[in-house]
Amino acid sequence: MISTRLVAAAEGEELNPLIPHTAEIVLSAAVFLLLLVLIVKFVVPGFEKAYAARTAEIEGGIEEAQAAQKEAQAALEQYNAQLAEARHDAARIREEAKEQGAQILAELRADAQAEAQRITSAAHAQVEAERAQVVAQLKSEVGTLATELASRIVGEALTDDARSQRTVERFIAELEESAN
Amino acid sequence: MSLASTLSASSSPPSPGPADFNLPAIFEVGALEVTKPMVLLAISAVLIALLFAASARPAAVVPGRLQFAGEMVYGFVRNGIARDNIGSHDYQRFVPFLFAIFTFVFVNNYYGLIPVVQFPSMSHIGFPLALAAITWIVYNGAGIARHGFLGYLKHETVPSGMKGPILVLLVPLEFLSNILLRPVTLTLRLFATMFAGHLLLLLFSLGAEYLLLHSENTLAIPAGIASAILFVGISFLEILVMFLQAYVFTLLASMYIGEALADEH
Repeated sequence: MISTRLVAAAEGEELNPLIPHTAEIVLSAAVFLLLLVLIVKFVVPGFEKAYAARTAEIEGGIEEAQAAQKEAQAALEQYNAQLAEARHDAARIREEAKEQGAQILAELRADAQAEAQRITSAAHAQVEAERAQVVAQLKSEVGTLATELASRIVGEALTDDARSQRTVERFIAELEESAN
Repeated sequence: MSLASTLSASSSPPSPGPADFNLPAIFEVGALEVTKPMVLLAISAVLIALLFAASARPAAVVPGRLQFAGEMVYGFVRNGIARDNIGSHDYQRFVPFLFAIFTFVFVNNYYGLIPVVQFPSMSHIGFPLALAAITWIVYNGAGIARHGFLGYLKHETVPSGMKGPILVLLVPLEFLSNILLRPVTLTLRLFATMFAGHLLLLLFSLGAEYLLLHSENTLAIPAGIASAILFVGISFLEILVMFLQAYVFTLLASMYIGEALADEH
């Protein structure tokens, strides 16, 4: 210890830690610059490449997600369009059905009215025919009855006499005329 | 020499001092005495280059363990220091320099705590001085390249918004602090913390050894135990300080570069 102190004291300025050794400055600068070169050549490119690749991967992922979203949007739009079309079709069909229903109803009504008309007129015609028949029957019967009555009243045989027959017919015709 | 003082401690109490930092030459190349810190410095560069080259080589999107660890350090310097202080436009060019500064100072500081090695190379002022000089060249060079020589001088010495006679006072001050003193403070800060830290560790380790083993005083045993405990405590403090000094050196370098490149301050 004492000897080293003496050596240090003999060297004097060497002991002052604030005085740099030239060799150390040069060595430090050289080693540091060498390290810098090695880092520039071998370290930084690798890390930067990894960073860039990672960024690219993330951006690729985002792009993919965006594409998927776009696809989903398109599908949704298509679906909505189809739905709207289907609704439109349904409305149209409903409208048509309503129209057809109304038309069918009107036709049925018209048919029914015509049928009713036909039945009524047929009934009229029948009644008319029956009446005419009855009238014709009555005519002859009333004539016969009246003649018989008259002959009874008069007491003479007026039956089957042509003259009396004419008289009866004339009377009935007058009767019909006055009835009309 | 610390070894010598330890061996001779049996006769008289050790007195660790600046002399303990002047280690004897391990071998000589011509007239050049190659000392332990010089060897450590060279080894640190090899270590850093090998480790990070191996870490960066896969360049995989999904990193392995080694790449992940390397990327943590690289990302810390790149994004946490360079990009934040220089700005996202210019920082990329300075990332290698700042990364080299950080790792170089970091490893050379932690030499102080690694068993057997146990010597922070940065406690020799010549080493941080060289780094500070290179930093000075880099930030001034970047500023001159951006603004031109006179433009850069004006940029660094004339504070924005200042007019009139006050500039007579301000310009020399700014020149002194921004151009002349920055490398000095960079050097001294790193050198002095490493020097003082190592000296403290020496003091308490040699003190504990002498008090526990060689002293005949009855109070020496408790004092020696206290000294040993303090040694451990200061070692933990040094773990923090060694990282902080590497971080601060890199941070300041990046701030100087960012300031030199700034359009208007």
